[in-house]
Parts: sequence; structure tokens; C-alpha cells
Amino acid sequence: MLPGIIAKFDKTIDLMFRFLSGFGAYWLLLGKVFARPEKHSIYYRQTMKELISLGLRSIGITVIISFFMGAVITLQTAYNTENPIYPTYLIGLGCRDSIILEFSSTIVALILAGKVGSNIASEIGTMRVTEQIDALELMGVNSASYLIMPKVIATLVFNPFLTLISIVVGIMGGWIAGTSAGVITTQDFVYGIQYAFIPYYITYSLIKTLFFAFIITTVSAYQGYYVEGGSLEVGRASTKAVVYSSVTILLFNVILTQLLLS
Amino acid sequence: MIRAENITKSFAGRKVLNNISATFEPGQTNLIIGKSGSGKTVFLKCIVGLLEIDEGNIWYGDTLFSKLDFTGKKEIRKEMGMLFQGSALFDSMTVEENVRFPLDIFTGMSDEEKLERVNFCLERVNIINSNTLFPAELSGGMKKRVAIARAIALKPRYLFCDEPNSGLDPKTSIVIDELIKEITVELNMTTIVNTHDMNSVMENGEKIIFIEEGEKCWEGCKTEILRSDCKILNDFVFANSLAKQLKASSLEE
Repeated sequence: MLPGIIAKFDKTIDLMFRFLSGFGAYWLLLGKVFARPEKHSIYYRQTMKELISLGLRSIGITVIISFFMGAVITLQTAYNTENPIYPTYLIGLGCRDSIILEFSSTIVALILAGKVGSNIASEIGTMRVTEQIDALELMGVNSASYLIMPKVIATLVFNPFLTLISIVVGIMGGWIAGTSAGVITTQDFVYGIQYAFIPYYITYSLIKTLFFAFIITTVSAYQGYYVEGGSLEVGRASTKAVVYSSVTILLFNVILTQLLLS
Repeated sequence: MIRAENITKSFAGRKVLNNISATFEPGQTNLIIGKSGSGKTVFLKCIVGLLEIDEGNIWYGDTLFSKLDFTGKKEIRKEMGMLFQGSALFDSMTVEENVRFPLDIFTGMSDEEKLERVNFCLERVNIINSNTLFPAELSGGMKKRVAIARAIALKPRYLFCDEPNSGLDPKTSIVIDELIKEITVELNMTTIVNTHDMNSVMENGEKIIFIEEGEKCWEGCKTEILRSDCKILNDFVFANSLAKQLKASSLEE
């Protein structure tokens, strides 16, 4: 029995050690990422490329998901509040608050962790295993900064716009679904989305988006940057990037909600 | 000139390089040969600073490179070019952008000057009308030549090639070998080539270092290698029957 307990204890210690060394390596990588750029014009060009690759190319998925989620939220709220005591405009209000407070920041971030996170980890991981990162280092380029900083800036700049797009499209989806299904009139829905509106909720959503954008980019980049091996390991890093950034997003969602709304 | 003094490197307690010393002269092609897994690539990566050495010193001219910080190394790295085993061209960039990249980073040249230099380097390696192609659209030999063009874009003093012939047919291998040799003389570079291709050894081996299990076993040139009595070297160099016959006839002469 005792050897079993000791083995379990060893395993736990090993896991903790790996977590702490990974955590330390993550912060050391961030130190390299935010070093002074070699040449601003190159970084500017890279940032523009990343804005297209990570930002503009995420609009499609954001719009589609937001539209249908808005629609489902409205229909679910309608069917679950089918009671003469509740005024129907509450359906619009519920749709608005759900979308602004949680959906457009957190759920969209989780979806982007899948799309953007795996993209970043596999791109950087492939560069690592094919010695492209070594080639950059050999040229005297700070590879971590050159590869990761433009991605961080691009997502920090663009993801708030994605959140705003998601809010607008989600509410539109809710309105179209609600009126098409006949569960609410346009007049009630518009009244509902204007009722007791707190502008700070938008700020709260955007602050969360900034944190989540940073988490998605840096956690995924970390997974890709330290890949060792071949294509199999790149695939594993890509999966880890999605899992770790999603879990971190959920954890920070709790922390930020408590800090910003309490 | 590059000088490596008593280089030792370990990974997870396992010694991969053990007390290796070597001097590489400018204007000639220096070869590091050895079996797969003997430590050639690790030695080359230690020389260029991609891996930190555990013990020893690496000198570039009068500068103690191994003790420099990132900024200090960067100055010397401007004078380095490297051809990686898999070419390591940037996938997201075209051929032209790949070759222009070091010029963008390190020079204040105008766009016209950069284009002129890029085209000169590409023509030098016989890559013509391929500026807009991406690495995925190139053959293995073309990738190597573009990588050489990128390596010489800044007119380096030092050129490093990690197995430049791997994955190439014998004829293309010879073309790449000749190109490396010509460029070395043209630019009076100190060139270090990692290889286990015996054609390269016989063609380019002005100075050869043989590494076996992380230790330097032999040092000489291509004419000396035929007459060497180092058993481990002979087992490596004359591994096939044709090579054994060549060795026998060489000794008879």
C-alpha cells in the first residue's frame, strides 16, 4: 500500500513541477515577445498580415455563430417564460443581456480559441520543426517577438470589433427568429433591448474580450513555440493550445466577472 | 576564421559532444563528416550559437562569440548565412520575399536596391523567373538554391550548410556542392558543411573533420582521407564495396 501512495505522491509532485516549469517558461517567453522590435516597419507589415489572417478571416464564423446563438437564446427565453405574468419584452431584454454579458465575449472567445488558437499553434509549431525559427534566430531576429507580438497586437485590436459585430448580429438573429416564430413582436423586442440598458455592460464585455484575446494568442503561441519533434507533436500542440486557452478563458471569465460586476 | 575550443555539450545528462576543437579557415570549404547521430548537427548549431555550449569557447576572428549576449551575437550573425537541412524557407513568403528578408531586417536599402540584390542572388544560384513562387511550389533542389541565395543576400563572411545534399538526386547534389564551393571562393567566406555524402567529401573536402559519437576522431583533407589508417574513419568512408576498391587502388598507386 505504502509504495502505491508514494508513487501517487511522486506523480503529483512531477505534475506540479511540470506545471510550474511550464508556467515559468510561458512568462519567460512573454518577456522575449515584448522586447523592443528590431525594425518597426517589418513588425507593422506583419501586424497588418495578422489582422487579415486572425481578424478579418474570423468575421464569417463570428457572424454565423452569433446569428444562430441569438436566435436560439430568443426562442429558448420565449418558451421558458411563456407566462402571462411576464411581459414579452423581457424576451428582448434577456436576449440582449445574455449576448452582451456572456455570449459575445466568452462564447465567441471559446470559438476563436478553437479557430485562431489552433491556427497559431500549428503555424508556429510547424515553423519550429522545419527549422524556420532557427533560421530567424540565426539571422539575429528575436523570433518570439517577430512571430508572436504582431499576433497579440492584431487580436487585441481586432477582437473587440468581433465582439461588437457579434453583439449586433446576435441581437439581429434574436429579432428575426423571435418575430418569424411569432413569439414576440418587433415593437416588444425593440422595447426589450432598450429597456434598463446599462452601457457599462458593453465596456465589461470589451474588457473581457481583451483579456481573452491575449490568452488565446499567447497560450497558443507558447504551445507552438516549444514544440519538439515532428508533425505529430505539432498536432498535439494544436490540441493543447485549444484546451489550455479554453480552460484559461473560463477561469478568467469567473475572475473578471467577480472583479468587474461585483 | 572560426575556432572551436574544447566544445562539450550534453542533453539530459548524455554527452553529445565531448571536448571537440577545430579551426576553420576562410576561403575554403570545411567539412564535418560522421554517421547520422554522431553529433555533427549539434556541433554546427553550437558553432552558430543556436545551442548553448556547456564548456569551451567559440571564436569568430578575435571575438569570443560564445560569451557574447544576444545583442553582441546579433552583430556577428549579420555576417552569417546558413543553409538548413530542410532549407527552412519561410512558407508564408514568396521566393523573392524569402531572399529579401535579411535585407529588410538589417539594411536601409531602398526597395529598388533590395530587388536588384535579390535578383542578383537568385541569378547567381540559377533561379530565374521564380520570384513570385512559394516554397511549396519548388522542387527540393530549387529550395536549396533559394536558401543559398537567402544565405548570401547580406554578403556573409561565414556560411554554414547542414547536410545540403540530403534528399537530392546525385546530379543536383553535385550542382549544390559546386555552387557552395564557387560562392565560398567568390566571397572569401569561411564555409562549414555538415555532410555524410561521400561525393561532397571527395569534391569539396579542403578540410575535413570526422566526428564519431561526439568526439573528433580524425582531421585532414580529401587526399589524406584515402590514405588514412583510422579504422573508424575507413569503416565510415569506405562502407560500400566500390569505395573499398577505390581505397585499395589508391593504396596500390
